[in-house]
Amino acid sequence: MANPFSIARSSVGELTVLALDGFLDAHTAPEFESAIQSDIDAGHLQFVVDCAKLTYISSAGLGVFMGFIEELRERGGDIKICGLTPKVEQVFEILGFHALYDIVPDVPAAVQRFAEVPVKPV
Amino acid sequence: MTAIENTFTLDVPSTTENLALIREFVTRVAAQAGLNETEVGQLELAVDEACANVIEHAYGDDKTKQVIVRAIFDEDTLRIHVIDTGKGFDPTQVPEQELKDLIAKRRTGGLGMRLIKTLMDEVHYDIEPGKRNELRMVKKLRRGE
Repeated sequence: MANPFSIARSSVGELTVLALDGFLDAHTAPEFESAIQSDIDAGHLQFVVDCAKLTYISSAGLGVFMGFIEELRERGGDIKICGLTPKVEQVFEILGFHALYDIVPDVPAAVQRFAEVPVKPV
Repeated sequence: MTAIENTFTLDVPSTTENLALIREFVTRVAAQAGLNETEVGQLELAVDEACANVIEHAYGDDKTKQVIVRAIFDEDTLRIHVIDTGKGFDPTQVPEQELKDLIAKRRTGGLGMRLIKTLMDEVHYDIEPGKRNELRMVKKLRRGE
């Protein structure tokens, strides 16, 4: 199985956009975790995670979103999630992520959300 | 007429690398059992969570151990048994906590089990630490509904 998971990194102004491709499970989650950690270490605190090409997610993948969010928000940053396919969105819904994370349709909407609400109040 | 049972077994080394293979296995069997696309996705996730628990907790990432996934279906149900010989991590004993509390404690424990309970119709656990632990999950087949 070649290239089961990859991350394409880009920037929109100060925002870091991480586009996930493939499946995010207990095997591939550490790669995602490292990507976010590297950006935080470089001083970046505002993330858009584009899941349009994410075909699958398990709780290990969701754990990455959970692991950084508090630190990021305490420092004035956030993670906005976009592009969820119905299959992946169902998992976010079951665990109640919609109440705690900004989940929007696409990258432009995520950029707009950052302009309006830089840190989601929860 | 006696109901015909179809049994499939996958026996793989305990490493997260094999989760993709395990999902492929249960996805194929679920499709053969007649589950629709949504149900196949639910089963795929439940089995992944169960096996990830075994790999990471029951076996503590020991790649020399084996994880066995057995899928059995008949006219009415698809049953998945996840079998290990590890230290008997009992996921049903992990307390359910609010997502907000887990984030505050920087923990994700119990999310997998919550998903399993939500996605499957029945969940049972037999535990004999170091000998044989078996998580049994049942998905009812809703034919023609």
